[in-house]
Formats: sequence, structure tokens, C-alpha cells
Amino acid sequence: MMAQANGHAQTQGHEHGHDGHHDQEELRQFGFWIFLITDVILFGTLFATFIVLRGNTAGGPGPELFELGGIIASTFILLTSSFTSGLAVLAMNRGNKQGLIGWLIVTALLGLSFIYLEVTEFTKLVHEGANMGTSAFWSAFYTLVGTHGLHVSVGLVWMTALIIQLARRGITPVTKRKVNIVSLYWHFLDVVWIFVFTIVYLMGVM
Amino acid sequence: MLEKIKSFASEFFVTGDPLILGAQVSIGLTMVALVITLTYFKKWGWLWREWLTTVDHKRIGIMYVIAALLMLFRGGVDALLMRTQLAMPNMQFLTPEHYNQIFTTHGVIMILFMAMPLMFGLFNIVVPLQIGARDVAFPFLNSLSFWLFFWGAMLFNVSFVIGGSPDAGWLAYPPLSGKMFSPGVGQDFYNWGIQISGIGSLMTGINFIVTILKMRAPGMKLMKMPMFSWSVLASSATIIFAFPILTVTLALLMLDRTFGTHFFTLDGGGNPMMYINLIWMWGHPEVYIVILPAFGIFSEIVATFSKKKLFGYKSMVFALMSISVASFFTWVHHFFTMGSGANVNAFFAVTTMVIAIPTGVKVFNWLFTMFRGRISFETPMLWTIGFIVTFVAGGLTGVMLSVAPADFQLHNSYFLIAHFHQVLIGGVAFGYFAGLYYWWPKVFGFKLNEKIGKWAFWTWNIGFYLTFMPQYLVGLDGMTRRVSTYGWDTGWFGLNLTSTIGAFIMGLGFLFQVWQIAHSVKFMQRDTTGDPWNGRTLEWSIPSPAPLYNFAVVPRADEQDPWWEEKKRREQGLPPAPAQPYEPIHMPKNSPIAFIKSFCWFVAGFGFVWGWYWMAIPGLIGVGVCMLVHSFTYDNEYYIPVDEIKRTEAALRGTV
Repeated sequence: MMAQANGHAQTQGHEHGHDGHHDQEELRQFGFWIFLITDVILFGTLFATFIVLRGNTAGGPGPELFELGGIIASTFILLTSSFTSGLAVLAMNRGNKQGLIGWLIVTALLGLSFIYLEVTEFTKLVHEGANMGTSAFWSAFYTLVGTHGLHVSVGLVWMTALIIQLARRGITPVTKRKVNIVSLYWHFLDVVWIFVFTIVYLMGVM
Repeated sequence: MLEKIKSFASEFFVTGDPLILGAQVSIGLTMVALVITLTYFKKWGWLWREWLTTVDHKRIGIMYVIAALLMLFRGGVDALLMRTQLAMPNMQFLTPEHYNQIFTTHGVIMILFMAMPLMFGLFNIVVPLQIGARDVAFPFLNSLSFWLFFWGAMLFNVSFVIGGSPDAGWLAYPPLSGKMFSPGVGQDFYNWGIQISGIGSLMTGINFIVTILKMRAPGMKLMKMPMFSWSVLASSATIIFAFPILTVTLALLMLDRTFGTHFFTLDGGGNPMMYINLIWMWGHPEVYIVILPAFGIFSEIVATFSKKKLFGYKSMVFALMSISVASFFTWVHHFFTMGSGANVNAFFAVTTMVIAIPTGVKVFNWLFTMFRGRISFETPMLWTIGFIVTFVAGGLTGVMLSVAPADFQLHNSYFLIAHFHQVLIGGVAFGYFAGLYYWWPKVFGFKLNEKIGKWAFWTWNIGFYLTFMPQYLVGLDGMTRRVSTYGWDTGWFGLNLTSTIGAFIMGLGFLFQVWQIAHSVKFMQRDTTGDPWNGRTLEWSIPSPAPLYNFAVVPRADEQDPWWEEKKRREQGLPPAPAQPYEPIHMPKNSPIAFIKSFCWFVAGFGFVWGWYWMAIPGLIGVGVCMLVHSFTYDNEYYIPVDEIKRTEAALRGTV
């Protein structure tokens, strides 16, 4: 058999977990970072598409339909939810299960109101005669902003599932990893939104 | 009522073509035969427990390889049908519509449903064993990747008998692939089939990056890692940057077709050229994704069969990684004729030529590895040498094509067809064949018959040159790709006929390989050493086939070729390191969720293809439910007790 150095299971603590096995939770968190890279590319492609097509309104309505008031409100809601998800992680690191669940609920509620505002905005735009098929500009708009909204919605379902798991099992290495990952995801969506806000809305109305 | 069913069926099933009717009947008969066999031998439970729900990387690898070989057969039949149609001028064998479908499915199947799964099969079979790990980083995700590929491929292939195949070319350029010019469901099968399997490919990329970066055996520094694992890392890194672009591009095309958006349409401000840019931003890296692991395979084989350490290890790593980066900066060379201007074309011409430099470095490294080595010419080595010759020539014609002014003449001619077949067959197919022959004994515990293997090698090679050398010439003579027939006055007859004969010789080569496998199974000679080629890396240090947990004790790897060095130490009579005591091994449990979830994707995709939301929405709900069930499953691991490890090892090493 191979050269097996004496007691490497004990000496390789940084590479291997307690019993010579890899630390699964650490691996999963690392894997999620790589998934986020792929999501960056995904949004990057959508942003590129939007930028290429942003002038192509084909004689129809354009960004003048945007109403910045609601957008600024939803921006602050999403930024706040990123902050509260951070508070949830802090509570978790202190071992405070109630605080963790509480802050996650606040985060999810803020996310829900963000989605509500987005759906309202979309409905209003459609009533004003700008739907996905109106022109390339609106196709790119709905796809980019909608993909972000879809991500947030998936995050909401995920967070709800996690809250139930936390209530049942408490803070364990597994649930801890899950909270860390979901909060990473949430911050990531926040960063993407900053770009949506700047490139789609601010540059649209400027 | 009967009339209604009849009219539905005539639209649902592809009718009126004797070739397809024959295929429909044979598919039906095969399925019935499969069900009867499985029921008669009471194998349903076995199939479910041992294969459909498995999370073992070795079994997933085997399933990838089987699926890829079946797809190779289908893609190959497509190729032979096309060559038959082109054998003589004014042939009436295939209608132009049918011809369009066949070149489309041939391309898609060979790249996405043959090369990719064969590559993932080899990743799965080799990488964990080579780096001394017990599985990949995320075994469940791995089985999900496979089943997404499988059901995506099924969705694509079913279009052949249900609804009609896509016919807008393998990359489906709009506006041709838009609703206006392709109103049928074929293009929707394309979108959903590739989309579903593409998600699987993306997750495999993530999985292998984490596996390689985090799960190497103790002592194995990155710069001591076997070259195949390096090439997998390079390929996976390319996957995670390229595949999201494909996901978006296909999604936008789907939105255009299904929801009337205007991304790539001619009206409403859409821009078809944007699709062509986007698809090649994925498509060009994609060809490097499939070729890089082949480079890794050759590096392993050359070292093993020359009995020398790989020459220029560091430059090899550098070449792999620089190709993977540079692959993202060449996409415009696929359409110099777009009219993006001299400066843009010059930039992309130069970046394309630059790729030849690291590739040249690799070729010289392989040659110097062989130089003064004790070379033996078993089949893996034959394919490697065949590759070097073929790939260098194919690469040179690639450099010719990269010269933008020349490309204006050569664009979309048979010269191009000959070039990319030369690098894809001569590089990718030869590489994966070499890999399959090389690692076959590790997977199944016996070697493939060398004699029939040599027949297969020579028929493939002679067939290859006979097929594609004439195509360079006929391309220079002005024959363009995707024409379904030509006249006597063109003067292309002789070259085309030669090409067709060559294609059938390659088909014969494939039959030799099938025969080789069947023969080797029948007259099986078990390999009891676990190391039939006198290998150098960790996978050869364990019995073949490897036990479920791969390594009873996690090995150490302090050198570049750890198993080779260990064997040398033993020859010198140095005492082996004291045996480590066994410890219980932590393993993931099998899970049916990956299979069910991917099947739900298939149902959803099928529903979207036909616009049947009553089918698509439950399919998507099924996907969501599977995700939640998986999230709530905490009991998904177990330990293999020490006694069982002892029993297994004793049986495998023949010390009972």
C-alpha cells in the first residue's frame, strides 16, 4: 500500500476534519462561492444584453415610464434586509436561536415587500403599454429585473424552509452553514440590485 | 373523437418518412424488450438501488460513458446518412428538410451529448482516484448533474420521433431559429434539452473545482498533482465562466419564441448578431472545455508508456491555464464576416493565433517525454501518437483560418468543416478513446483486447484521413457547408465519394470497438494487480475495480508520481511505511431525489415545448418539491464499519 505517514489524520487538521474526513460544511460553503461566480456571469450577460439593447425602443415607450420614487423605496428596503440578514448571522454566532429566527423573519418580510413593490411596478408598466413584447428595450428590462426578482423569490422560499429547520433543530453545524450560505446569497442579490438600480433606472432617467 | 385523435397524432408524431418510421418501430421494440428483460430477470430493484439512485462517482462515471457511447452511435449514424446523401451529385436519398435536421442533430449530439458526457465520465472515473479522495466534493450534486444531462439528452432526442427534429444548425442562429422561420416544436426541443443538460454541466464544473482544490490527498501540493487532474481543473474553470452565458442565451431565445420578446428578432429593435456573439462567447470556450481534458489524458499516457516522468510539468500547467483564459478572447473569429471592422478582426485574429503557442508547448513536451523513453505501443499510446499527428495538422489549418482576410474566403466552406473535425475527432475523440482504453481496466478490472483494438485504431485513422483530407480540397473548390446536394458540373464528385468511403471506414472502426468490448467481456482475463500498465499515479495503487470507498486508508502523496516512486522504493528493498489502522469511513447515502427531480425537469421541458402549461407547471412544482425534500433530509450519511473494510480489502487483495 501507499506510503502512509504516521498519524496523518491527526496532523492534517487544516485539510481534514476530526476523523480524517473532509469538513463537509466548509466544502459546501466554498462550493457556494463558486456558484456565486457563475451567477455573476449570468447577471453579467443579462446586463450586457440590456446595455446593447437599451436604445432599441422601436418607436415605443422608453425609460421615461420609470417612476423613481417606488424604486428608491424598494432599494432601501432591500438594503435594509441585507443589514438584518447580517444581524441574523451575528445572533447565530452568539448562539442566540430566537434572535437568529427573528432577524431571518424580518429579512424575509422585507424581501417580500420588495417583491410586492416590483410586481406592482411591473403591473403598472404593462398597463401603460410596456410589456415584454413591446420592444427590445422592454424585453431586456423585464428579463434582467425579473431574473433578479426571481432570485429574490427563490431566496424567500429558501429562507422560510431554513426558519422551519432552525426551529426544529436549533443551531447545528449543518444549519449554521445553511444560514451562512443563505445570507451570502442575500448580500449578493443586494449587490446585483445596486447595479440594476444604477444601470437600469438611474442611467435610464438621466 | 377518432378524427381528433388522428389529427393530434399526425402532428405529435413525426410521420411520412420511412427512415423515421423504421426508427420509431425499432425504438418501440427495444423499449418493450428492455422492460420484458428487466422484469423477467427481476432486475428493476437492482437497477433502482445500484444505478438510478447511486451517488458513487465510479458508477456515475460508467453511466456517463454508456450514454456517451450510445450518443456516439446516433451521431455517427447521422454522419453516415449525410455522407450517403453527398456521395454522388443529385442524390435523392434525403430530402433537403431532412438533411437540415440531420446536420443539426449531428452537431448538437456530438458536442453536447457525446463529447461532454464522455468527458464527465472520465472526470468521475479518474479524478477522485487520482487525487486520493473517496468521492467528489458533492456526491448528490454529482448524481443530479448526470440525471439532468440524461433527461436533457432524452428531451432532445425524443424530437426525432415526436414533433420533429430541430433544423436550424447546431448553434441555431436567429432569425432562422426564431418563431417566424422555425415555427415547429423542433427548435423548442433544442432549447429545453440543451438548457436542462447545461445546468448539469455547470454543476459538474463547480463540483470538480471544489473536489480538486479541497480534497487532494495529504501532501499533494497543487504543483505535484497529476496532469489529468490539472486539465480537469482548467476545463472546469472554463465551464463555470462559459456555461452561464449559454444558459442566458438559450433562455433569451426561448423567451423570443415562447413569449414574443424581441432580443434576436428582426423587428421590435432586436439584434440577431447579438445572439451570434453570445453563443460563441460560450461556444468557443466550449471547444477548449472538451479538448483540455484530452490534453491531460495524453500527458498521463505519454508518461506511463514512455516510463518517464512527464517533461516540462510546469510549462504544461501554464499552457493549460493560459489556454483556458485565452479561450474567452477569440470568439469573434467564428464570424469575421460580420463586418465589425478591421481593428476588431485584427485583435481576434491575433488572439486566435496566440493560442497556438501554449498548444505548441504541449506538443513539444509530449515529444520530449517520449524522447529516450522506453516506449511501448499499446492501444492508449497508439491513439496518443495518432492524435499528435492529426491535431498538429488540424491546428495548422486553424491558424490558416484565423487569418481574417483568408477567412473571408474559407468561411463556412468545407475547409472549415475539415478543420474542426480534424481537431475534434483527432483531438477530443482520439483523446477520450485513449483515456477509455487506458482507464478501462481500472473501472472494470480487465483490459480490452489489444489486437482488435489495433484494428479499430487503424480503421478509424485511415477512415479519418480519407474522409477529411478531400474535404479541405472540396472546400477550396468552393463547396459550402450544409448544402444537401450538388450538381455534376461542380467537379466535386470524386472528392465527395472518397469522403463518403472514408466515413464508412470510420463507422467500421466503431464496429471494431463494439466487437472489442464484447470480445473482451466474453474472454475476460481478470487483472489482479490493479496496475496493468505499470502506472505512476495513485489510482493504480488500489485494486480494480476500486472498492466503494476507493482508499481503505487515505494515502499520502508527497511526490509528483507517488505510486511510481513507491514502486521504486519497494524495488530497492526499502521497508514500506507502517500500515495505518483502518477507521470507519464516512459515506454519503444513495438518494432517489436527483433522478426524480431531473425527470420533473423533463416533464416541465416537454410541457413548455408543446405549450402545455398543465404539464409544465406541475413539472416545475415537482422540481421545487424535490429541492425542499432534499433540504429537509438530514439523514444522508453513514459510516462503513472497520470490519467491513477489512473483509472487502481481504477479498479484493486475494488474501482470504
